[in-house]
Amino acid sequence: MKVHEYQAKALLREFGVPVPRGEVAETAAEARAIAGRLGGRVVVKAQVHAGGRGKAGGVKLADDPAAAEAAAAGILGMMLRTPQTPPDGIEVLRVLVEEASAIAAELYLSITLDRDRAAHAVMASRSGGMDIEEVAATHPDRIIRQWADPALGLQAFQARALALGLGLDGDAFKAGVGLIQSLFRLYLDKDCSLAEINPLVVTRDGRVLALDAKLNFDDNALYRHPDVVALRDLNEEDPLDVEASRHHLNYIKLAGNVGCMVNGAGLAMATMDIIKLAGGEPANFLDVGGGASPEQIENAFRILSSDPAVRAVFINVFGGILRCDRLAAGLIAAVQKLGLALPVVVRMEGTNVEQGKAMLAESGLNFASADDMATGAARAVELARAAGGGAR
Amino acid sequence: MSVLVDRHTRVLVQGITGREGAFHALRCQEYGTRVVGGVTPGKGGTTHEGFAVWNTVAEAVSATGADCALIFVPPPAAADAILEAADAGVPLVVCITEGVPVADMVRVRSFLGRTRSRLIGPNCPGLITPGQAKIGIMPGHIHQPGPVGVVSRSGTLTYEVVHQLTRRGLGQSTCVGIGGDPVNGTSFVDVLRLFEEDPDTRAIMLIGEIGGTAEEQAAAFVEAHVTKPVVGFICGQTAPPGRRMGHAGAIIAGGKGTAAEKMRALEAAGITTVQSPADMGATVARVLGAKG
Repeated sequence: MKVHEYQAKALLREFGVPVPRGEVAETAAEARAIAGRLGGRVVVKAQVHAGGRGKAGGVKLADDPAAAEAAAAGILGMMLRTPQTPPDGIEVLRVLVEEASAIAAELYLSITLDRDRAAHAVMASRSGGMDIEEVAATHPDRIIRQWADPALGLQAFQARALALGLGLDGDAFKAGVGLIQSLFRLYLDKDCSLAEINPLVVTRDGRVLALDAKLNFDDNALYRHPDVVALRDLNEEDPLDVEASRHHLNYIKLAGNVGCMVNGAGLAMATMDIIKLAGGEPANFLDVGGGASPEQIENAFRILSSDPAVRAVFINVFGGILRCDRLAAGLIAAVQKLGLALPVVVRMEGTNVEQGKAMLAESGLNFASADDMATGAARAVELARAAGGGAR
Repeated sequence: MSVLVDRHTRVLVQGITGREGAFHALRCQEYGTRVVGGVTPGKGGTTHEGFAVWNTVAEAVSATGADCALIFVPPPAAADAILEAADAGVPLVVCITEGVPVADMVRVRSFLGRTRSRLIGPNCPGLITPGQAKIGIMPGHIHQPGPVGVVSRSGTLTYEVVHQLTRRGLGQSTCVGIGGDPVNGTSFVDVLRLFEEDPDTRAIMLIGEIGGTAEEQAAAFVEAHVTKPVVGFICGQTAPPGRRMGHAGAIIAGGKGTAAEKMRALEAAGITTVQSPADMGATVARVLGAKG
């Protein structure tokens, strides 16, 4: 799960990581009032989950409250488009108004899981404010790393090594060591999957500040963090994704026109792959899970077929715990309730497959059946093409 | 022969009084697995669906001589269940539970490194030695004994390849689902090593997915140490970056972990790769035929 910069900064503050003074505004008038309270030069920053906001025109400097109001008026309501947003962009509903900082150095700091070592890794670099992946590719020597012992956590000597590596000295060194330790505590306490400060800045007056902040959280651990769950912004998510998550379905909307419904994440990915190999484009990833009930099948079918881009549906289920007869019952119920406007190709295999096939055949509804996944995918792609919706 | 489990494996089910635990304990027993009982704290001394229940793994192990623990407890208690089994000295711990927090697994992995226990999973279908023992949630009837070792990060996609193999008359030595989480107990490399040493495994099917570098490590190991033919498939060729494709571990992050990259690594290591998941079984048949 992702949160906004202003929410991340509130958490940083709570854990003792210094951030610039600032408040969030939903109107230009509020932005003006905040700028007045802060005094001096401010930065007005669009609050959307995507990165690359500055280049897209979502971050503006303002010298006084009137300029802050004008900047906020320009940003609020805009469809912000960055390489990380959907093609149409995301509507900006909030701006963060912050005191502008006089920057002496821009650094980089992040914590994330190192899968290979099965340990949390802290990364730091003097090349802050840039795309860190690019730094890693072009100047790997500019990134320093420390791995936290899973039992002991990040030790003070490791935080010192990182702060030294960042070139901090004097008071800034002390502040940096504390900041790194505080950020690690936040990362662990809140089950973050990523805590990234880019840039971490040293100001001309020697303070160390998190100028930007990105926190992502481990979805599996959200059950123990109701305070984090409360920060979820449904406006940032595709409405179909949100609807699916309400029914505990794993759905991700994609750009193609062949809807698919599969049990199991691996088989779902493989099904998308085979649709592509058959010359089509998958409209979604949809994993109904291992033990889906007929109601869940019905919900899944409703969600995937409500995507207007879908021209044909391919259902590929390997019945293990999810029995084919239950799948058939759910499908028949869904189609009877919703009316069958789309061609549906069903490939099922595994537990109670004969029973499931018989139920679909006897239903009198228009299901095309396929004996294996290659034939099923080819048939669905062909039907989608015939229905007049080319891949887009 | 087989790897990790056979007809002598004595299985204890943690969370046996839960709906999933009870259901699958029975399915495993029906398959022929020696399910010797279960553990549910607070329900020790009772029986459930005919299985004896203990309060702790240690008690259950000393009473039954169990050498494998199969875990069905909910995610908040899963890490603790794994640690309890390892602490009781159970050599093989299989955790089916999906949704275990990553930070929990980081601590568990570190602890397991100091014990002699091997963990399979979490978020996995378990493992099966066809005709001998099914320790997991896979449909037993699609398997048959034979020469192909299967190792996979996925559940149902493994059933798919097993079905393709069995339909061609090709049985399996052991099928191991290592799970779809970013931090798990047993890697591809661990299982490849076991298959290489197992005289009855004559070919290996490896199913990977996007995210992480486990497949790249598998490729390096195969190149250096595996003499048997290996067929590889990576699912998620069409997955968009930055989106978690169901499994917590299946995510392309920072331009790393793409299917294309992994396929290239497998090919460079001399592994026969399959482009279409529909061709997995046929390709294994072909490499086995070629090698005699």
